[in-house]
Amino acid sequence: MSQIMELATPTPPGVSKPLTQKDYASDQEVRWCPGCGDYAILAQMKKTLASLQIPLERLVFVSGIGCSSRFPYYMNTYGIHSIHGRAPAIATGLKCVRPELSVWVITGDGDGLSIGGNHLLHILRRNVDCTIVLFNNRIYGLTKGQYSPTSPTGMVTKSSPSGTIDNPLNILSVAIGCEATFVARTIDVYTKHLGMVLERAAAHRGTAFIEVYQNCVVFNDGAFSYATERATQADAILELEHGKPMIFGKDRNKGIRLRGIHPEVVELGTGITEDSLLVHDEKAPEPTLAYLLSRMRYPEFPDPIGIFRAVERPVYEDEMTRQIAQAIEKHGEGDLESLFLSGDTWTVK
Amino acid sequence: MIQESPLSTVGIEDQKKSEKPVVPLAAATVRFCGDSGDGMQLAGTQFANTSALVGNDLVTFPDFPAEIRAPRGTKAGVSGFQVHFASHPVFTPGDQLQALVAMNPAALATNLQDLTPGGILIVDVDSFGERDLQMAGYKSNPLEDGSLSKFQLYPVEMTKLTRLAVRDFGLSTKEADRCRNFFAMGLVYWLYDRPLEPTLNYIVEKFGRRPAVAEANRRALMAGYNYGMTTEALQTRYSVGPAKLPPGTYRSVTGNQALALGLVAASKLSGCTLFYSGYPITPASDILHELSRLKNFGVRTFQAEDEIAALCSAIGASFGGAMAVSASSGPGMSLKSESLGLAVMVELPLILIDVQRAGPSTGMPTKPEQADLLFVLFGRHGECPVPVLAPRSPADCFQIVLEAWQIAVRYMTPVVILSDAYLANGSEPWRIPSAKSLPKIDVRHPSPQERDGPFMPYQRDENLARPWALPGTPGLMHRIGGLEKEDVTGNVSYDPDNHQRMVRLRAEKVARIAQDLPPQTVEGPDSGELLVIGWGSTYGAIATAVRQLWEYGESVAHCHLRYLNPLPKDLGHIISRYRRIVVPEMNEGQLVRLIRSQFLVDAKPVNKTAGKPFTVGELVSTFRSLLEEN
Repeated sequence: MSQIMELATPTPPGVSKPLTQKDYASDQEVRWCPGCGDYAILAQMKKTLASLQIPLERLVFVSGIGCSSRFPYYMNTYGIHSIHGRAPAIATGLKCVRPELSVWVITGDGDGLSIGGNHLLHILRRNVDCTIVLFNNRIYGLTKGQYSPTSPTGMVTKSSPSGTIDNPLNILSVAIGCEATFVARTIDVYTKHLGMVLERAAAHRGTAFIEVYQNCVVFNDGAFSYATERATQADAILELEHGKPMIFGKDRNKGIRLRGIHPEVVELGTGITEDSLLVHDEKAPEPTLAYLLSRMRYPEFPDPIGIFRAVERPVYEDEMTRQIAQAIEKHGEGDLESLFLSGDTWTVK
Repeated sequence: MIQESPLSTVGIEDQKKSEKPVVPLAAATVRFCGDSGDGMQLAGTQFANTSALVGNDLVTFPDFPAEIRAPRGTKAGVSGFQVHFASHPVFTPGDQLQALVAMNPAALATNLQDLTPGGILIVDVDSFGERDLQMAGYKSNPLEDGSLSKFQLYPVEMTKLTRLAVRDFGLSTKEADRCRNFFAMGLVYWLYDRPLEPTLNYIVEKFGRRPAVAEANRRALMAGYNYGMTTEALQTRYSVGPAKLPPGTYRSVTGNQALALGLVAASKLSGCTLFYSGYPITPASDILHELSRLKNFGVRTFQAEDEIAALCSAIGASFGGAMAVSASSGPGMSLKSESLGLAVMVELPLILIDVQRAGPSTGMPTKPEQADLLFVLFGRHGECPVPVLAPRSPADCFQIVLEAWQIAVRYMTPVVILSDAYLANGSEPWRIPSAKSLPKIDVRHPSPQERDGPFMPYQRDENLARPWALPGTPGLMHRIGGLEKEDVTGNVSYDPDNHQRMVRLRAEKVARIAQDLPPQTVEGPDSGELLVIGWGSTYGAIATAVRQLWEYGESVAHCHLRYLNPLPKDLGHIISRYRRIVVPEMNEGQLVRLIRSQFLVDAKPVNKTAGKPFTVGELVSTFRSLLEEN
């Protein structure tokens, strides 16, 4: 085995103290705009990693370009702040040779869905073991306010003074369409929920995909206020829980029921009981339910948050390693001399 | 149904007694050509391997269309394979053919111009029907109208004879006709006194599981051979004896095979896991095919979703400590230029192979060209230097990889290798090195340590290389990226002085590679009238042309560049010793611009962008006319 593989064994923690949130912070000054949703995600990430006690040296944060993609600089871990949209490809290469590392891809709606859309599709279908956190603020922030692939139709921005004519992408529908094995949504200011989702994603084997609703205070402030304002949030959000009926609302008196193949919002009481509601099943082998949930959008429906899907499928780099082990078992460990001499040879004296 | 074992060659020994005269030749060039479904690549490869096994030196040149199956019988669908074999060293696939096998009129029409007057022309007369002639653009049948009178024309009923030879095996007509290439091979084997055993062995290996097909191919091969022996038309056969090659064990390799072998070797010699990523593209895909079969060497191959992901995944793998490699060609190289810029900025070692093909855009995917030189040198935004190396022959592709990886890890830089379609598919004998004799490639990673303060990822060593610190190493956590880095600390920096310093450091680092390069070799006189400067796959044609001029006492020398960036330190001095400089390239004048601008000499360009390599003849006449100028 090469020296790379020898490093696979994590160094024993030795005498060092348990890692704290502070240990995960780099010495670099954080430079997001005051009030940016990214701060909350950064804080929650450090908290989650500390609670999981993942060694600093085992962590690699890979990002593309955009506000969110500055994230790796603020983590005292290994990191690559790469080029626009390419983080999933870089993470894939890294995981192919270093499966034991804990790799996190940080991306945004422009980076992940527009310029890097192709790479995102493919990492999801391959099921490379890593976590992708997509900060969705429905705007290009770093380039100062152009519409993004998730901006709602009609949105007026610097590059769409008459309103956008693009139909927005529904990120989770895309991820579920790729048959991603772990798909979740959370919100920057829902810190506890965010922590729970990050923790679940970290525990998942395969590609874990998280959409985080993230507020851009400068260019798209309040894009998710319906989901974050006290007055409206209870009716605008459906918190998914595995095995539980889908109930929401301030008085927890609303639910989601299936009518034919269409979901509908119903009021409990008035002859409708919990038994008639859809029950969440994140482990359903077919992604149909998860897809149906991903189509539900405020204001017609509450936006579901939580774990849409968490299933097991072979992990890409595991399969790669397995094929190599099989080849070695079948043909023996490769020998250069015999490789050179394979095929027809002749000798000149 | 099958009465003889597939290996049986009963009858040959008896018949050899009544052999026709054999004329010894020093060298010969043969081309098989036909429809792209006629198995001409197989015929040529088998003929080449057999010639290698009898000890000839040889160079091959497969020439095939990008279309897998262009409409049958059309000129667009013609596929050819040329073999130049000799009892002395050869460097090119040969300008002119001594023998041409044309399986149909389209093949004849597109290849006849290369057959030397008086040369042997074997055609399958059965495929010269009216419609076939029409498709090839013939108004009258060339076999009958006297237009081929300056050649030794042998119209053979190849289709009919093949069908007869294989009729006992229950094959459909279509399947039977697929054996025609073996008939043609058999005939040419007889003509050039080649043994049949290697191809008979190949038939068993390849078709053993389908006994009827194996036996049919064997019968077709034998039928072709026996036809040569018995027909009254062919009265002479030729033989080309073994060449005096340096002692050793040899095998035949194509450039792409040699690259794959070199990559595996470099990985072993450096103790780095080989990670190879590619997106399917002609003519680079064979490297991926070769490596994906070598999993027992721990090779990790990754077929990426696109060209960009191919190089980006290599960057990720390099960050993880692997020997990361990607290969592509024209359009793919364009897509990779942004990622290559990132690799330069983050200063990670990797190899990017450009198997050049005729461009621009999709161009001619199977045809060679050397028109990416300026692109790989300068085709990125910003000041973005990368070392560039070019192998000169198929077998040299092995050595170039070892050198490229050595440079990549010593200087912590991506390295580009410029191959081309001619090297990729062409083959020549490769003297197999002893694996134990190959020098180790020294790779160092900083070890874990307790430190005060953060690790310095851009602290440079004596070669200006930064440390290759691997994730997983405690205490060395650091962040790299495309934003400008502060010298030493690697933190993001927009400081003007720092950027100036970093731009120059990156340039100086690549420039310093020249200190490791061996002195530039020159073949021919140390000084004189004419210096020919070439690079890459034109070596064979230039070397042969220059040798021919030496026979006329001409003062010509040949300097073939292996290192295009940085250029060898002594190149300027070499250039100053000759009166004229000429730079032949398969492009419209790229290296010549570098030579002119860097050394302020009146170097003359000689250019060809026809999707074909230079012939020796055209170079000889060009050099001669330059020598005659005052």
